[in-house]
Amino acid sequence: MEHEVQRVRQAFLSGRSRPLRFRLQQLEALRRMVQEREKDILAAIGSDLCKSEFNAYSQEVIAVLGEIDFMLENLPEWITAKPVKKNLLTMLDEAYLQPQPLGVVLIIGAWNYPFVLTIQPLIGAIAAGNAVIIKPSELSENTATILAKLLPQYLDQDLYIVINGGVEETTELLKQRFDHILYTGNTTVGKIVMEAAAKHLTPVTLELGGKSPCYIDKDCDLDIVCRRITWGKYMNCGQTCIAPDYILCEASLQNQIVQKIKETVKEFYGENVKESPDYERIINHRHFKRILSLLEGQKIAFGGETDEATRYIAPTVLTDVDPKTKVMQEEIFGPVLPIVPVKNVDEAINFINEREKPLALYVFSHNHKLIKRMIDETSSGGVTGNDVIMHFMLNSFPFGGVGSSGMGAYHGKHTFDTFSHQRPCLLKSLKREGANKLRYPPNSQSKVYWGKFFLLKRFNKEKLGLLLLTFLGIVAAVLVKAEYY
Amino acid sequence: MSKEEGGSAVKSPGAEPTLGTDPFEDTLRRLREAFHSGCTRPAAFRAEQLQALGRFLQENKQLLHDALAQDLHKSAFDSDISELIICQNEINLALKNLQAWMKDTPASTNLFTKLDSAFVRKEPFGLVLIIAPWNLPMNLSLVPLVGALAAGNCVVLKPSEISRGTEKVLAEVLPRYLDQSCFAVVLGGPEETGQLLKHKFDYIFFTGSPRVGKIVMTAAAKHLTPVTLELGGKNPCYVDDDCDAQIVANRVAWFRYFNAGQTCVAPDYLLCSPEMQERLLPALQSAITRFYGDDPQSSPNLGRIINQKQFQRLRALLGCGRVAIGGQSDECDRYIAPTVLVDVQETEPVMQEEIFGPILPIVNVQGMDEAIEFINRREKPLALYAFSNSSQVVNQMLERTSSGSFGGNDGFIYMTLPSLPLGGVGHSGTGRYHGKFTFDTFSHHRACLLCPAGLEELNNIRYPPYSHSMQELVRWALGSHSCTLL
Repeated sequence: MEHEVQRVRQAFLSGRSRPLRFRLQQLEALRRMVQEREKDILAAIGSDLCKSEFNAYSQEVIAVLGEIDFMLENLPEWITAKPVKKNLLTMLDEAYLQPQPLGVVLIIGAWNYPFVLTIQPLIGAIAAGNAVIIKPSELSENTATILAKLLPQYLDQDLYIVINGGVEETTELLKQRFDHILYTGNTTVGKIVMEAAAKHLTPVTLELGGKSPCYIDKDCDLDIVCRRITWGKYMNCGQTCIAPDYILCEASLQNQIVQKIKETVKEFYGENVKESPDYERIINHRHFKRILSLLEGQKIAFGGETDEATRYIAPTVLTDVDPKTKVMQEEIFGPVLPIVPVKNVDEAINFINEREKPLALYVFSHNHKLIKRMIDETSSGGVTGNDVIMHFMLNSFPFGGVGSSGMGAYHGKHTFDTFSHQRPCLLKSLKREGANKLRYPPNSQSKVYWGKFFLLKRFNKEKLGLLLLTFLGIVAAVLVKAEYY
Repeated sequence: MSKEEGGSAVKSPGAEPTLGTDPFEDTLRRLREAFHSGCTRPAAFRAEQLQALGRFLQENKQLLHDALAQDLHKSAFDSDISELIICQNEINLALKNLQAWMKDTPASTNLFTKLDSAFVRKEPFGLVLIIAPWNLPMNLSLVPLVGALAAGNCVVLKPSEISRGTEKVLAEVLPRYLDQSCFAVVLGGPEETGQLLKHKFDYIFFTGSPRVGKIVMTAAAKHLTPVTLELGGKNPCYVDDDCDAQIVANRVAWFRYFNAGQTCVAPDYLLCSPEMQERLLPALQSAITRFYGDDPQSSPNLGRIINQKQFQRLRALLGCGRVAIGGQSDECDRYIAPTVLVDVQETEPVMQEEIFGPILPIVNVQGMDEAIEFINRREKPLALYAFSNSSQVVNQMLERTSSGSFGGNDGFIYMTLPSLPLGGVGHSGTGRYHGKFTFDTFSHHRACLLCPAGLEELNNIRYPPYSHSMQELVRWALGSHSCTLL
């Protein structure tokens, strides 16, 4: 393990990954990989999650292609130094922020969207000029295998490697030193990753989870609301970090919600959901059993059918759920949707704020003021109002959690920034030493006066004022020089 | 993302470790409750706090000068330019820009979200902890505080117990100006700080050594608390043969010996050719004499070492290599003369730890390539300096190394620019601040997308069942050429 990491580090130190041309080439190669080997990739994802080709394509591959294109288009601009505002003292100097790669980054992927959650960070890491070690989740075995097989065929084999393995291998890997770690997974392991990172002072981005609440106001079109929620909740069999985890609404709405979700489920997946090619399965038996245990003692309004052999759990809705029961104590990550009745929006807000900050928050209402209030008075990684999941789709948005749902963010330029060091640079010349006399001891009262003049005034206003003050500054410098010669 | 081990999804705000004997529990609970009440959110409240902080600085000038003189033998001028004026500037900047900083930032939408309202909301994290060091005790406590308050957080400030004068003023006078339900100063040494760190904070901002940085990050990991660590390292200073020795000497000397070398961004050691060294030594002597006179110990412009422990550590370093300039010390006064060491080996202690004192070792290299190699063998420093008349040399140094920040042909004068952030990389730290960067550091950037409640027909394309023709349509619409639209 150490040997592998060293090899990657040596490759980074060679400087190969830095030139723009190289990064673009690698991204283009990655793109070719996705396009040429689409069938293999879709098949791998498909066998991990019993996912149809179409779903795998639209949920994962699309996002990857979009991200690569976005990088290819914008990288030439992002890689350049950005000048910053100067003050009087630095007027004649060059001041800018220069993005530089961090070095060797570790990306630990998750099993629920095994392709995109590993490759999307990889894209940004390559774009930022780093070397990358990818550790796909061992739970999505087929994707892990295909990644290990395909990446070396298209990308630089020393700069970007895949290391597969379970808990033991990951623990070993985490003992090594990296320049950034991006982890997608649960809070328990998130803490372990951060603790391991602390030993090397390695910065981390943790994309974790939580219970994403979904508040439904009485002032809304329930038909539409329930369609959108059904889509977001049962997609990938509920195994989505930003799926609406549970519903909060007034008790009087429950029956209608149940009815409409039931109708929508039928519309989306047919009479016999088990036979729908668009409905996935639970990743493994452990999670299957876990989700099953959440149903104990609950009022199942519809759904609840399961089949252990195929790890099938039907789209399920629970009503009148007691917040103290198990289903409300952990992130469900399955096709079970509890409805917790609350009296009003005040109670909903309190309910949400008593709990850990979630990765996503959803609110459905025609009342714009109510939506605003929900956002103002709660906190979460992100928010979508009047829909679910969609804030994930905008790559101009930073995607990440807060509190126990995570730290840091990525997607689009945010990935580039996450994996870069934006280095502040100030370049002066060795001339004009006269101006510096002001700062050198021995000090005097007049120096204090001039020092305050230069430092306290900020000159980032109109250019005219700037010119005037530059002139004043030169005059002052000359005066000071004259005084101290 | 499987289940939350350890059960309850309901959090218990701040109440973790030992009962009864925990001196911080009440304070932290009080601050957390205040945060939940929402009192720190309105711009008016935040502006008021910042204005009060400004008044604290203005109304207690003498007290602050005295405290800094007591701690570090700082002259009023040095205290002003390195600490008080900088704090005042940060307050002014925050007050002027608060509304703009707080505003939701619109995000650009794509084809599928054109009809939506997309923005990033800047939210306070909640209860934040600022742990400050002793070397620029006012600056490194208050500048982070400005950003934390501007961002709407409740703040616990833990000033360094080593800079006692400043600690006293911050503990006794500052709270009188700020709203004490939202701000507290806590005191203590390593043990108390360890106890403090067991509690949950929503953000921790730490300035100090890499060693303690690891301890802070490890403690933060237990609560998944994000951190900014402003650490340190050995800041290299490369001096090319092609430059004016006196000008370089002036600039290097000023930044090295300022605050008696106790500055995290000070040039730590010099890299140059033996020929350059020959030219630099008299120039450095000349600069030192000019700045501090023939008897630097009697100069009001030279600081002192903070305490005996640091003094002893530094005095031991004087034995490394050979003293070319200075080398005198006075234990009672905690005085160490501005010193230059030559013939220094890489393995000697002075090249193994961050010096943090008025000692400048010179290491000989045969040119820029060797210097770059030397630098890259070591941990990434907080700052890196390169002096040369040739902009090519300066740019090469910049491109082929990594460091928190970079100064070409001068020392850390870039600290006066709030548009340039201060922060490390690798062992020198993570995160950054100053100006707007502090506000952003102490804010959670929340992505908010508000979709139209109607227009459901547009969504039909995303719902199953996916007929074959629908699939083709989607594939075409989202195909490679139009992926950029996404």
